[in-house]
Amino acid sequence: MATMLSKRIIPCLDVREGKTTKGVRFEDNVDIGDPVEMARFYYEGGADELVFYDITASHEKRGIMIDVVRRVAETIFIPFSVGGGIGSVEDMRQALLAGAEKVSVNSAAVRDPRIISQGARIFGNQCIVLGMDAKKVEKTRKTPSGYEIVIDGGRVYTGLDALKWAQKAQELGAGEICLNSIDADGTQDGYELQLTEMISTRVDIPVIASGGAGVPLHLLQALTQGKADAVLIASMVHLGTYSIAEIKSFLSAGGVKVRSSW
Amino acid sequence: MAAGCSDRSNNPMMSNMIAIVDYEAGNLTSVARAVAHIGYRCAVTQNIDEIQNADRIIFPGVGAAGAAMESLRRLGLYHALARAFADGKPILGICLGTQVIMGFSEEDQTPCLGLIPGTVRAFKKICDSDGSRLKIPHMGWNSIQARSAHPVLADVRDTDEFYFVHGYYPDPDVDRHILALTEYGIPFASVIGERNLIATQFHPEKSGRPGLKILENFCTWQPC
Repeated sequence: MATMLSKRIIPCLDVREGKTTKGVRFEDNVDIGDPVEMARFYYEGGADELVFYDITASHEKRGIMIDVVRRVAETIFIPFSVGGGIGSVEDMRQALLAGAEKVSVNSAAVRDPRIISQGARIFGNQCIVLGMDAKKVEKTRKTPSGYEIVIDGGRVYTGLDALKWAQKAQELGAGEICLNSIDADGTQDGYELQLTEMISTRVDIPVIASGGAGVPLHLLQALTQGKADAVLIASMVHLGTYSIAEIKSFLSAGGVKVRSSW
Repeated sequence: MAAGCSDRSNNPMMSNMIAIVDYEAGNLTSVARAVAHIGYRCAVTQNIDEIQNADRIIFPGVGAAGAAMESLRRLGLYHALARAFADGKPILGICLGTQVIMGFSEEDQTPCLGLIPGTVRAFKKICDSDGSRLKIPHMGWNSIQARSAHPVLADVRDTDEFYFVHGYYPDPDVDRHILALTEYGIPFASVIGERNLIATQFHPEKSGRPGLKILENFCTWQPC
């Protein structure tokens, strides 16, 4: 019997000191700088989930994000996750108590993988998303998959093989993987399909493809050829080029099951 | 903790007090926020008196069955729930709450509350129609097919979808306790119920408009 599970379309919002960043063009009634208003816009527009990425540089201003999370949680009634700056179990607890469904860890988990197992034990596997940035490298003994994990926004090579790291994170208790291709990120030329397919088919937990989405066809490719369970999108919706409804119609016409009523 | 709960003084259902049972199984503020959003009073509580005096009970939860049952015993809530069920008080189970009201869970081999006889089973090596292995947990949006009319499921459309996150599913012994089915490799009971008790495997508080509608239906439900 066929599964009826829908593929998820997940807009990602970068937030700095409580304001959304990146050039966003929205209808007049949306305050483009306000993450809560943008969350409402996407919630009402059919997003299946949202990701907030805190890019606040200064540590003192991190508390602002918790207030954003609280206000978002009062406004939208779909799952959302918070990433960026999650470095400890206490950071996780604050974000989850403020109303996030999930937290995502990236560089901190590479530095100390125990944060995954500790978080999973305390809050449940479903709460812990491993964010990983992978870069294409030569296949070597150290990186047999041909992809290496980079951290700190792609600046630092870790020597970790992307596939091995994904499998390790699953073992440690991550409930989901958000897989970002550093090579594709920001290009709008499409997701890194080879990487996406490799990770998606070799772990048992859901994989969200990230980096490179420019047109709806890219999403279709990531969800079919790439075998991803969900796709992260940013510019293509933030710039108002496509609505979520348009994207979903396209995917649906392409044979991908999506949530079409909200 | 009363986060997200607010009194709406102009609400005619002012006297309709809803207790959200806190048995230390996950963050319950999202359920409280959703209930407050649709305009009902609620309290997240572990207090037995408060639960007994409430007009309705929501029994949510995420996490593992073993730890949940331990907490319920330690907090003395085991009997409070059984009594509320026997008294005919409307009860809504959500996710782990739905599993814990069954007789037994394969997760940690846990004897549970037994309000609805049956077993909570693990999804095992399930495959899609094309033979590809399905991911576990079942995480994401899926539809439900109601098997019979129920006031709490009123207005649910065939195209509506709900948010699920779970690796185990309820398998009631008695067929009429299955109120709706969902497919994930296999068909499983996504809504179960008996008399004044209804329980969903999905999260209505995270399922957008149709989820809020189910919560609203529950808040006005008068089981006969």
